[in-house]
Amino acid sequence: MEYLIVLLPLFGSIISGFFGKKLGAKTCQVLTTLLVFISAILSLFIFYKVFAQNYSSNKLIFRWISSGDFQVNWSIYVDSLTSVMLVVVSSISAIIHFYSIGYMSQDPHKPRFMAYLSLFTFAMLALVTADNFLQLFFGWEGVGLCSYLLIGFWFKKPKANAAAVKAFIVNRVGDFGFAIGIFLIFFFYGTVNYNEVFQQTPLLAQKEIIFLGLEFNLITLICLLLFIGAMGKSAQILLHTWLPDAMEGPTPVSALIHAATMVTAGVFLVVRCSPIFEYSQTALNTVALVGMITAFFAATVALVQNDIKKIIAYSTCSQLGYMFFAAGIGAYHVAIFHLFTHAFFKALLFLGSGCVIHSFNEEQDIRSMGGVWKKIPYTYALMVVGTLALTGFPFLSGYYSKDAIIEFAYLRDTNIGYSAVVVGIFTALLTAIYSWRLVFKTFHGKYNNKENNLSSIHESPLTMLIPSFLLAIGAVFAGVLFKEIFIGHDSTQFWSSSILFLESIQHDLPPIWLLVLTPTLVVVAIPVAYYLFIANEKILNNFVLKNKTLYNFLINKWYFDELYNFIFVEPLKKVGLFFWKKGDVNTIDRYGPDGLSRLIKIISDKAVHFQSGYLYHYAFVMLIGFSILLTYLILY
Amino acid sequence: MIEIGLGHYLTLAAIIFTIGIIGIFLNRKNVIIILMSIELILLAVNINLVSFSIYLQNLVGQVFTMFILTVAAAEAAVGLAIIVIYYKNKGSINVEQISSLKG
Repeated sequence: MEYLIVLLPLFGSIISGFFGKKLGAKTCQVLTTLLVFISAILSLFIFYKVFAQNYSSNKLIFRWISSGDFQVNWSIYVDSLTSVMLVVVSSISAIIHFYSIGYMSQDPHKPRFMAYLSLFTFAMLALVTADNFLQLFFGWEGVGLCSYLLIGFWFKKPKANAAAVKAFIVNRVGDFGFAIGIFLIFFFYGTVNYNEVFQQTPLLAQKEIIFLGLEFNLITLICLLLFIGAMGKSAQILLHTWLPDAMEGPTPVSALIHAATMVTAGVFLVVRCSPIFEYSQTALNTVALVGMITAFFAATVALVQNDIKKIIAYSTCSQLGYMFFAAGIGAYHVAIFHLFTHAFFKALLFLGSGCVIHSFNEEQDIRSMGGVWKKIPYTYALMVVGTLALTGFPFLSGYYSKDAIIEFAYLRDTNIGYSAVVVGIFTALLTAIYSWRLVFKTFHGKYNNKENNLSSIHESPLTMLIPSFLLAIGAVFAGVLFKEIFIGHDSTQFWSSSILFLESIQHDLPPIWLLVLTPTLVVVAIPVAYYLFIANEKILNNFVLKNKTLYNFLINKWYFDELYNFIFVEPLKKVGLFFWKKGDVNTIDRYGPDGLSRLIKIISDKAVHFQSGYLYHYAFVMLIGFSILLTYLILY
Repeated sequence: MIEIGLGHYLTLAAIIFTIGIIGIFLNRKNVIIILMSIELILLAVNINLVSFSIYLQNLVGQVFTMFILTVAAAEAAVGLAIIVIYYKNKGSINVEQISSLKG
């Protein structure tokens, strides 16, 4: 069964990728969707088994590398953490396969698209089912590759290509750290299998090593390096710049890869490595700090963006920040719970925005929308549900997970915990404001689109609405249903060995004001946002005019792209240009291949005169040559 | 009266050989003259062979001469045949005009 879960998407991908032309687009779409759906159902079954019977297994596919002490297997490792990820990945992927049938109906390259999607699903499943760091790395790079392919899916758009390359390169920075982390693990542990590594970690907790001339605690160093990898994949601050650009890809891709699954791989990594991270307070604090900064930073940027998908992308970035600081304060299970609920409502928001974009004929700027909620009521309802869940409106899924993070941070009773509470609550408020801004600007107010008539705005087809509806169910109920399992009193039993908590989890109730504060803020934010963005825009416009610097700072995303351009891109371009023009063209080519060929041409031009075609010339040359040869033989 | 010895024969052969060589280079007219010059060179070699054969009292030299004469006859026949065909095709056997080897 485990084999089927992982290999069915791969099978679908191969069929649709290599035989897509023969089978036709329709067959490919149905086939890949069906296979991933089977995989999703089996995943649910596995999850149930893990939940009910505490089932865990490690199925070997085959031995990958066996070199001396270095043993690495391809295997499918199932425990509670993996089972949760399996459910998230395969079910969201199945829904999005379904959605793509409708969304990509006008596209000429459907089989290719479905093949990439299925390949991504396979790589992601390989990532979460790994039982060693090397297979994890394989999945890690596999999803990176698919992300690259899918962002650049519309290869005729130069911006999409640039975004794809950017995503790939920024991820390289993170993967560099990640790879060094794995090397260090192998160097000091002699193995890369989780079980052995986790068992040896307590023994190595005090070890100090010299790295780059500085003395580090081994565990801290490994954790930080692994975390750099996680930062790259999960778009944390400093390495986040690729995520908003990645929105150039088709919307189902944004929903699947850049919201629900791939970007959460970093969180998964940190949680999976909790037995290592728990032994390094420094690393955990770093994780928490980076998470907090990202959550806050991305939320502020999302406040002023105008591209509907970019707003949601920054929102994703911000929610990933939540997950990281949850993990950083030791609440791994809450981080995974938030990952779980976030996957549903964020995928829903993306699919909803896909419907909106579809309705507006590829318009993405929310300033050119508005006033259409009566025309597209289903899309509107879905977006509202997604937004309510995201902002943490009481009793929807986001409420349970996000508030759990804040409560847990409060109960930690440390400085970092309290700062997490402050950042968490403030960011929740910002989240509510920018999310409602998106909804109000898109659906309410005046109709602002000049290119399309109001009458041409139409509801999306059923193939797009049904998957979104399924996700909406998830977004509403995922919190209520799974709260007890994931973060309730018996949750430690559920997580059993997959997550290590050095300090036992407290289940005391935080003070009542804390419990009420966030939901209140979130609810109050709705009318405030309506007032500011629709009813009385003047206040806001005046505010923007007065604080032009702040506004520019935010709309230019804290000038990160400009900064990177200035520090890395431009100097590298100059260096590259120097090596190309001066080094390659003017030195190597000039004296190497080009020089040689020019020399040969000169010589052969001279030698041409030799070939006169006259018999007596040839005879003469023969004779001269013969005489020289003879002279040489006689003399020496 | 001087005795005609080996040296005289060799000198004669050398002179004929040189005439043959020069005939090839300096000839600007006719391919047949080239053939004749080659013939001269071969004869010069024959004279050398015969004179050494007598000088050394060894018949092998004269046997070789017979071979060379045969080959020279054959070569002359082939060469003339080529020239006839060439003339038929191009209408001229002027050495100055034969330069199709130039490519």
